[in-house]
Amino acid sequence: MPIDILMPALSPTMEEGTLSKWLKKEGDKVTSGDVIAEIETDKATMEVEAVDEGVIGKLLVEAGTENVKVNTKIAVLLADGESADAIGSAAPAEAPKAAAPAAAEAPAASAASAPVPAQPKVETAADPDIPAGTEMVMTTVREALRDAMAEEMRRDEDVFVMGEEVAEYQGAYKITQGLLQEFGPRRVVDTPITEHGFAGVGVGAAMAGLKPIVEFMTFNFAMQAIDQIINSAAKTLYMSGGQMGAPIVFRGPNGAAARVGAQHSQDYASWYSQIPGLKVVMPYTAADAKGLLKAAIRDPNPVVFLENEILYGQSFEVPKLDDFVLPIGKARIHRKGKDATVVSFGIGMTYATKAVAELEKEGIDVELIDLRTLRPMDLPTVIESVKKTGRLVTVEEGYPQNSVGAEIATRVMQQAFDYLDAPVLTIAGKDVPMPYAANLEKLALPNVGEVVQAVKTVCYK
Amino acid sequence: MAPTKTASVSGRKPAAKSAIKSASKASAKEFTGKNTPDFGKDQDLHAYREMLLIRRFEEKAGQLYGMGFIGGFCHLYIGQEAVVVGMQMAQQEGDQVITAYRDHGHMLATGMSARGVMAELTGRRGGYSRGKGGSMHMFSKEKHFYGGHGIVGAQVSLGTGLAFANRYRNNDSVSVAYFGDGAANQGQVYESFNMAALWKLPIVYIVENNRYAMGTSTARATAQSNYSLRGSGFGIPGVQVDGMDVRAVKAAADEALEHCRSGKGPIILEMLTYRYRGHSMSDPAKYRSKDEVQKMRSEHDPIEQVRLRLLEKGWATEDELKAIDKDIRDVVSDSADFAQADPEPDASELYTDILL
Repeated sequence: MPIDILMPALSPTMEEGTLSKWLKKEGDKVTSGDVIAEIETDKATMEVEAVDEGVIGKLLVEAGTENVKVNTKIAVLLADGESADAIGSAAPAEAPKAAAPAAAEAPAASAASAPVPAQPKVETAADPDIPAGTEMVMTTVREALRDAMAEEMRRDEDVFVMGEEVAEYQGAYKITQGLLQEFGPRRVVDTPITEHGFAGVGVGAAMAGLKPIVEFMTFNFAMQAIDQIINSAAKTLYMSGGQMGAPIVFRGPNGAAARVGAQHSQDYASWYSQIPGLKVVMPYTAADAKGLLKAAIRDPNPVVFLENEILYGQSFEVPKLDDFVLPIGKARIHRKGKDATVVSFGIGMTYATKAVAELEKEGIDVELIDLRTLRPMDLPTVIESVKKTGRLVTVEEGYPQNSVGAEIATRVMQQAFDYLDAPVLTIAGKDVPMPYAANLEKLALPNVGEVVQAVKTVCYK
Repeated sequence: MAPTKTASVSGRKPAAKSAIKSASKASAKEFTGKNTPDFGKDQDLHAYREMLLIRRFEEKAGQLYGMGFIGGFCHLYIGQEAVVVGMQMAQQEGDQVITAYRDHGHMLATGMSARGVMAELTGRRGGYSRGKGGSMHMFSKEKHFYGGHGIVGAQVSLGTGLAFANRYRNNDSVSVAYFGDGAANQGQVYESFNMAALWKLPIVYIVENNRYAMGTSTARATAQSNYSLRGSGFGIPGVQVDGMDVRAVKAAADEALEHCRSGKGPIILEMLTYRYRGHSMSDPAKYRSKDEVQKMRSEHDPIEQVRLRLLEKGWATEDELKAIDKDIRDVVSDSADFAQADPEPDASELYTDILL
């Protein structure tokens, strides 16, 4: 059987090209790997190699022909002993224009007009009931996070924590205090200062089935590691067709601390919350920090767990239960109200709670929602509230452009437009790198007054 | 600045007798070929078959790319077959393999099916990633193949994490992490070397030095082109290996794997190899001479070396080799037929496998 030599596609975008030169003529013997022609593509001039052995029986497209479509028959190769007669008389008629264009055979073309399937809805369980009479213990966020890790490490031998100063130093922010003493250096691993590298090591260990907790001294330094977080941790499950993923938690303080300047004061909430394949948690209270970190460690997916240095020392009531686990993906109504909805998360809640208290004195009854999880985002809870109040203000510390608030505003506008009585207002950090000077830093962050004013504005007061 | 010597093929022949040394002494020893341990008949026949499968598979992939059945980027392994085949011959069940995007050969060597790999290349549901990964992103938990990674150097840290898991579990497995001479200049490679040496992780780092990082020759890209020395600052021993000779690869692999299994920590094997094709399908490879390519092909082809040995020693006749060739062509044709006939993934797969 003569073998057809087709005009090859030689780049991801090539649909046609110029057959600039033949390097073999009819009757020439070729073996696999011989260059038979030169083709000019949209990117470069490429050599075409013979794949099979044989004798060139016929050249069907003249050298210099432009716009030869991919998959056009350009020559015919004869096997040993075959004569040119085997080609048949019809072959020369297969001129470029007569040949089927590549697109007609291209398998992907069919999908172009197919409807996009609906994104499946994910049901998230409600918070567990806390039995009546449960003792509530005032606990700092720092202790709550430590307790969560210790409990999960006792429960599951595959859980370990790694990061800078997590072991012997007892944690740069003392979040891992006591873990080395209880679990030893095998499971509480001090790393060199090498974020990119140890994030990758953590993801590799997770791909092998361990459940690492990777602590970043702050998320500012995790920018060196963001490739491993996104390209390796978040995408592997999808790219492997579900064969393997990365059950890993990346945690550490995020956002501004105090007077540490531009490079140490960035909020990554909106960055990570854009990425499919990640879960993103950003708790405010100690109870949420504990219940959600335990959930994050158990979660089979990569979870980015954004903490805040200023919150570490704040105390909240935490239920004294053997195993207090909260659902990732569920917002918490921090305070019920009817006049306006304020949505915040993490450190943003400190401004929001104070603003709500002030507004209460002025007779404005605000419903305050703590998102707790940014991805998957519990938008239904926000929308239910907006349906009741008709007004929405969001509060966060991150930069204003493409902020989490901007995303909430868009989706509320799309899904609850008819319920809105005022434009959604988004309170965020200012659109500047964080300044060092105390007065400028204060100006760069949101403040309670801005939140109060925004709520009044959406209430037309 | 003195120009880096562009090593001729004969000049860059390394030490096959691997002599794993402490890093301070590691050097590229001149290699005469005299010390290369011979393969037995079965080993040579096995290596021939495995390497030929990769060669024919890649040729077919190139063809299907030309026909538009394979899209995007497609990086062929032709010329480098001895590296993965020799390594695999030395590995034991449970050892993990991870590499970058020139990965088809690695997958076939681990025993992943030609059908599953080819169908992934064509983006079909029967592919290893159900069509959602493509040429650069494929995995097999069953065969301990951890990808298939598209970001240059990322797999080195990930592979180090696999080794970390081995040590954590105190099992006997070794992680084998492949990367190219280009990736060897990435920062995270050295972050990984440091941790692997510090924690004595069981990992063999394989630098597949095919002389070109896309179009940039090692001479133009690196201040230290002896990649076996790249771990010396961390006390990681390294050896240069003739990566065109499957026997030399296997011998070096045996020693390196034993080094790791005995708890001595990581080791680097620099495989001196060569890719015949361009970096990807759309690379015209104008950065090197045709003579250079032709010389490698005619004088150092890894498959031809074995073929000649088999004939010389009378371990196979021309006809028997032709029969093997036919067998392999059949396997490859079957994979190509399957990969073209298999349906694309169902539209509903768009939203699957994002979260568990």
